[in-house]
Amino acid sequence: MTADTVTPYQPDQQTGRDGFGQLLRAEWTKFRTVRGWVIGAVVAVLVMAGLGLFVGGASSSSCQSATGASGAPARSGNACGGTVNPVGPGGEPVTDSFYFVRQPLAGNGSITVRITSLTGLLPSSNPAAQGPIDTRPGLVPWAKAGLIVKDGTTPGSAYAAIMVTSDHGVRMQDDYTSDIAGRAGTVSPASPRWLRLTRSGDTITGYDSADGTHWSQVGTVHLAGLPSTVQAGMFAASPAWQQITQNFGGGENGMVAPSQDTAVFDQLSRSGAWPAGAWTGDYIDADGGSGIGGFHQASGRFTVTGSGDIAPVVPGQAGDTGTTVTQDLIGTFAGLIAVIVVATMFITAEYRRGLIRVTLTASPRRGRVLAAKAIVIGSVAFVAGLVAAAAAVIFAAQLAHTRGSYIFPVPWPTELRMVVGTAALIAVTAVLAVALGTVLRRSAAAVTLVIVVIVLPYILGAASVLPIGASDWLLRITPAAAFAVQQATPQYQQVTAIYSPNSGFFPLAPWAGFAVLCGYAALALGLAVVLLRRRDA
Amino acid sequence: MEATIEVSGLRKRFGSTLALDGMSFTVDPGQVTGFVGPNGAGKSTTMRVILGLDSAEAGSALIGGQPYASLRHPLSHVGSLLDAGALQPSRSARNHLLWLAHSQGLGASRVDEVIEQAGLGSAIRRKAGGYSLGMRQRLGIAAALLGDPPVLMLDEPFNGLDPEGIVWIKGFLGSLAAQGRAVLVSSHLMSELQDTADHLVVVGRGHVIADTSVADLIATASSGRVTLRTTARSEAMAVLAHSGAVIATTDRDTLTISGLAAEKIVALLGESGVPFSEVSAHRATLEEAYMELTKDAVEFRAAASVQGGTEEAAR
Repeated sequence: MTADTVTPYQPDQQTGRDGFGQLLRAEWTKFRTVRGWVIGAVVAVLVMAGLGLFVGGASSSSCQSATGASGAPARSGNACGGTVNPVGPGGEPVTDSFYFVRQPLAGNGSITVRITSLTGLLPSSNPAAQGPIDTRPGLVPWAKAGLIVKDGTTPGSAYAAIMVTSDHGVRMQDDYTSDIAGRAGTVSPASPRWLRLTRSGDTITGYDSADGTHWSQVGTVHLAGLPSTVQAGMFAASPAWQQITQNFGGGENGMVAPSQDTAVFDQLSRSGAWPAGAWTGDYIDADGGSGIGGFHQASGRFTVTGSGDIAPVVPGQAGDTGTTVTQDLIGTFAGLIAVIVVATMFITAEYRRGLIRVTLTASPRRGRVLAAKAIVIGSVAFVAGLVAAAAAVIFAAQLAHTRGSYIFPVPWPTELRMVVGTAALIAVTAVLAVALGTVLRRSAAAVTLVIVVIVLPYILGAASVLPIGASDWLLRITPAAAFAVQQATPQYQQVTAIYSPNSGFFPLAPWAGFAVLCGYAALALGLAVVLLRRRDA
Repeated sequence: MEATIEVSGLRKRFGSTLALDGMSFTVDPGQVTGFVGPNGAGKSTTMRVILGLDSAEAGSALIGGQPYASLRHPLSHVGSLLDAGALQPSRSARNHLLWLAHSQGLGASRVDEVIEQAGLGSAIRRKAGGYSLGMRQRLGIAAALLGDPPVLMLDEPFNGLDPEGIVWIKGFLGSLAAQGRAVLVSSHLMSELQDTADHLVVVGRGHVIADTSVADLIATASSGRVTLRTTARSEAMAVLAHSGAVIATTDRDTLTISGLAAEKIVALLGESGVPFSEVSAHRATLEEAYMELTKDAVEFRAAASVQGGTEEAAR
């Protein structure tokens, strides 16, 4: 045999390690050298940013025309006509409209009062009719009256308050978003409520009592930077009455009209440096005191009437026409489809041509191959998503600024979470697509499956094609739950609004919803690794 | 690392079909080993098992003593070409080589070297989808050479090549073997391997029928057959049959005789005064030897099921 006489070939064997980095580089080279895939990623960015601008631009212009038609001064929740919601200490848009019976309090002190009655007036059944609004007795659930300590009379300034409400018992609220429950039950002459607010430096503490003797602390809050002299006293506010009808076919009809409440205060006692003079009563409002309100003082008894609310403004309140950052990101689903197609093809194209055998011959450790593919396509999708989301948010803000239309402001950490979260949503969806592409090995089947599990539930849920309950479930248990990262505004129990996916509210917390998607992607990736290792290539 | 492929007792079933049935052979360095057998004999499956792409139910396949899956930078141990069509059509041929090079920690300069070796030239920047099958074979060979491996394994590399390409690849494979590499080349046509292979592994029905050098195979197939050309056919047949020969008539004046040596035939015919124009010891072509072998294997399989014989008997 000739083999005995030959010298086996001795190549310059590579001594370098077969690092995972080489695998990543190979997969990146694979991606960037197929023009269709690169174009697909660019298309994803363009449709995502473009659709966001288109939709954002369209809703801004409809807002402007609506203002022109009505011509009436808008209420503070309405973004049109140049009225912009004041912004609270946390950066969120707020309503700060109420009737304030006040005196300046210099330094530390406290105020105690008894409330014996909370009554009000609601619009009668058809507030949309022309002419003066008829009224009937009644209260909206969050009609409120009580004691307040406030930075000043500037709308949006810091405050802390303790109050009785129509349906939610005693509450202590501060800086618009915070809400602490106190003693339950409604107020009546037979069952009055005693309230106390004390100020010590930056610290405000609220107490309630049923008899003025036995007190319980409701909450302690810190208002950073509270000036030495604050405005303190009694207030009354009553949020607008709303009637919202859910249409089964999608959308909702809302009617909204002002309501008012009247509270009776007595047994007023104070400690600290209060002036001896009379109480000042005025309506605090961003519009300059256009709301309903007034007070009457007789023999130690104050009757205070007010309307409006001291609360955050959320999208989805009846009468609201502002756009949200969530709407700027409406194009996500379209960009997602493009990314799903590219990410699926990244693996299924290899199966179609038998190229997977070349790949696995070059890198026999199959789990690492899939990991490298997932990381590369996930990173591409993340960058594409980040660019598109940032562009959509930035350009939509500029467009709104140019047109003088209004976007609900969100604190910058929230905006950052929405943009980065959207990029992460797209990245993890790309990983899910690669995993399912590996499992199914067919482009059409895998693309369809991924779109059905994530894009379809989102569209069904967010377009309010389904009743809110069904939408909520879809957005809770499907990978589309991850769209919760796009929620601009938290849900506030103290604000009545339509908290539907259509208005940008999702049933799960942002990162919890994202975790649902990650769970699905991890499961699919695990299944893909097992099958890739077990099956013949 | 030793430049060898060792396949031992591979067994694999696809559904009810036994694709590999005790496949065993060794590929030695320094020669081109032809891996030949009819379609469906298990050649491609064996190669996939060697490369760790398919799993075998029993047996082992080792490259230089190691299973493929344990190789680091596998392309610098084994270069393989299984399917020339395994390409992303929209990726340029050069970029196809580039990602493979990157996966092995190699750079673009190595890519340019193998492009030169495989004679791909300026077409390398075109999309691979536009390549002819012949160009794809060259691209596949370039890919197999990337890691400068001591072992090469090519599945049907002659498919789709024009005559010039076939001449080129035969010479190229010979030169690779001359460098001391082990080269395994499969084909279902023996003629393609005729003047290329130094050694042959003939397979059929999932196992090895013959594992031999080309010279030995031809000698075996040729043994004991003599061609006789004579105008006195019936007389010649009578004389020779009387001496115990087995005679077949091939033509009007040609007989094929086995069981008697050529010298004995000349002597017998001379004694009996039978005229003849030519007596030649038959030398089988490689193709004939191959047909003979694979035919036997098929016949054996049919007989074995009746007699309960073992496959060892068939070798």
